[in-house]
Amino acid sequence: MNPPSVLALRQVTKSFGPVEVLHGVTLDLRAGAVLALIGENGAGKSTTMKILAGIEAPSSGQILLDGKEVSFGSLHDAEEAGIVMIHQEFNLAEQLTVEQNIFLGRELRKGWLLDKARMRRLTREYLARIDCHIDPDTPVAKLTNSDKQMVEIAKALSRDARVLVMDEPTAVLTGSETRILFEQVRALREQGTAILFTSHKLGEVAEIADTVTVLRDGTLVHDGPARDITEDEMATAMVGRDVSDLFPDKPAQAPEGEVLLRVEGLSVPGRAQDISFDLHRGEILGIAGLIGSGRTEAMEGLCGLRACSSTRIEIGGKPVSITRPGDALERGLCYLTEDRKLRGLLLDKGMRENLTLQALHKYGRVLIDTAAEERALDRAIGEFDIRAGSRTIAVGNLSGGNQQKLLLAKVMQSEPVILIVDEPTRGIDIGTKQQIYAFLRKLAAEGHGIVVISSEMQEVIGLSDRVMVMRSGRIAKTLSGDEITEDTIVRHAMGVGAGSTERVA
Amino acid sequence: MSVLGPVIALLVLIVVGTALNSNFLSAANITNVLARSAFIGIIAVGMTFVITAGGLDLSVGSMAAFIAGLMILVMNAALPVLGIGIPIILLGMAVALLAGIAAGLLNGFLITTLGIEAFIVTLGSMGIYRSLVTWLADGGTLSLDFGLRTFYRPVYFGGLFGISWPIIVFALTVIVGEVMMSRARFGRHCAAIGSNESVAHYSNVNVNRTRLMTYAMLGMLVGVATIMYVPRLGSASASTGVLWELEAIAAVIIGGTILKGGFGRVWGTVIGVLILSMIDNILNLTDLVSPYLNGAIQGVIIILAVILQREAKAKG
Repeated sequence: MNPPSVLALRQVTKSFGPVEVLHGVTLDLRAGAVLALIGENGAGKSTTMKILAGIEAPSSGQILLDGKEVSFGSLHDAEEAGIVMIHQEFNLAEQLTVEQNIFLGRELRKGWLLDKARMRRLTREYLARIDCHIDPDTPVAKLTNSDKQMVEIAKALSRDARVLVMDEPTAVLTGSETRILFEQVRALREQGTAILFTSHKLGEVAEIADTVTVLRDGTLVHDGPARDITEDEMATAMVGRDVSDLFPDKPAQAPEGEVLLRVEGLSVPGRAQDISFDLHRGEILGIAGLIGSGRTEAMEGLCGLRACSSTRIEIGGKPVSITRPGDALERGLCYLTEDRKLRGLLLDKGMRENLTLQALHKYGRVLIDTAAEERALDRAIGEFDIRAGSRTIAVGNLSGGNQQKLLLAKVMQSEPVILIVDEPTRGIDIGTKQQIYAFLRKLAAEGHGIVVISSEMQEVIGLSDRVMVMRSGRIAKTLSGDEITEDTIVRHAMGVGAGSTERVA
Repeated sequence: MSVLGPVIALLVLIVVGTALNSNFLSAANITNVLARSAFIGIIAVGMTFVITAGGLDLSVGSMAAFIAGLMILVMNAALPVLGIGIPIILLGMAVALLAGIAAGLLNGFLITTLGIEAFIVTLGSMGIYRSLVTWLADGGTLSLDFGLRTFYRPVYFGGLFGISWPIIVFALTVIVGEVMMSRARFGRHCAAIGSNESVAHYSNVNVNRTRLMTYAMLGMLVGVATIMYVPRLGSASASTGVLWELEAIAAVIIGGTILKGGFGRVWGTVIGVLILSMIDNILNLTDLVSPYLNGAIQGVIIILAVILQREAKAKG
């Protein structure tokens, strides 16, 4: 006998203009149960969540709250009904403190004045419940992403949510933070909260979910108990085809030919010290390490994106000096940022402007040849399989996977010989991941040198010919061949024998 | 809406103006409106680039006054040496252009290299230039030598084929500006910086240099506007160019450029300038509303324009 459904959708559809993005979705959120909503980017997960949380209204169909049809006029109505959504992009006022954020809009009062003492005490209580040790007086702007996530959860706790909707809560969390979050999720489940969450990490889904619901192209393709479905079956249901061979085959032997890039003694003040490595033609070199181990900063320094110093940098055997991003690009060295939304793409511009921005000089010295840009966009859409409703749509409206493909197409416009990709598949679906992995391997096979920075262990292991592990701003170890195992990487990333509980993120 | 709005507003104004006064569409009145629009218009074209790149410049009005004062002082001082003739006019023009570029570069340097808020920097320089021109004029008026003034007059009052010089220069500025904004790399880079500075930096756009260029260009255009303005009255005082910054910024926003940056259109700015001067003109030609209320009406219009922009954005 199932527990009663708290919040449910019945044959809900949603159209944006003439395009229907959800086709008759029916699902039930039950008290004391965790539902994992999974699907590729663009499958309709976000829209479904927004309808549940009252941010969007359905075009047709019903929303049932405790079995009675309701329509939420606004987010506020939904919150009144005990439905709280935690967004992937945080909904926090950056300049306010943790405490002010948690009580924002419903501050406790004593007469006319704020009851600061009580709010302080409650904030500490909520934070303690999720094992989060930050000072309630810290401005949110100073927190890390994972702490912000914890503040969002504390905020939801403070609202006594009956239904909690979480959009990829673990995307920015480290392993140990994810475990704390899951403990909290279990505790909420015990108390009878209905929980919906989305994640691209299928292992997590298997670990925490009671029910797995799979969306594909706006249609519900699977809905059943989590124990009845394997991770492989989830992936197949999401993509609609078999994705067991996620990673392309590696060459039998790690490429050891010509050295494309030689780095000696690269230091970024306060972030990375004395980084030295070689990158061969045809090679994919993985960089693993904890978040904050200086991987991104070292590579950004190398590409002239931030101040750094080095003993010697050689590209194609010739010593070079790189102080600006332009120096790196001229020599065929290109960096693809880990943050596609804040550093990679102009979200309010179209695909054409984004595609050519980095290599605009190719499209005319002074005046831009728009027709040539359009042709380049045609080629990019074909080559990278970018799926957008319309060519002129603002890039911010594309799904994460398509944004990432566009970003890849954008950096390829600079015709790099050496490509450094930072978290190339963060927050994107498995089908797109497979395409990006295949593309990177193809580039390597064509004679490029590729560096992949990744926090996803499977990705580093599955993709790299060699793996460089960084710890506290230094190279801890470079692994190749059979040495590349999760265990070895973790040990070097943590410092061998270190007693820390932090897992490789 | 966002494309048609300003155009429709302009057409409505023309219809209203014609209905209220039959002289509204006469060649003389149209020339008058356009020539008066030219100063603000030339400055507003530069302002379009500054705002598109995510900046702001409040100092243009007092900068114009200061440049005008400086130009008059230099020309008067050079008069005994050069005499009345083309060379002294060219000297004055060169002084105006160089002073404008220098002032723009100074604003830009403080904003980009030192990283101070554009609002603060230009609020400061607005006060500085206004005070400097008052000091140069010793609280009164700086007047160009009478003979020089007569010789220089045609730059404002003369023209080619019956079109006066300010209108011609305005038109040229607009054409070059529109091409730069919509077709050139510079315009694309400005929009990219205004849209997201980090993305621009990661895309190998030289953010500081491009921003600096927008301020220098605006400064130069303030110089150009001053060259056109000085022959009109032949003098400069503490009240020269007062509230020009308001009109220039208002014209840019009315024209559909986004105040926060990221998107700008020069032709829209032209429509914005024309709307503002036509309202002024209609108030002067009719006695429905006192012309003294012109500033209030401009203020209302700029606020309305921003509200309409937001509505259009909300509709997507």
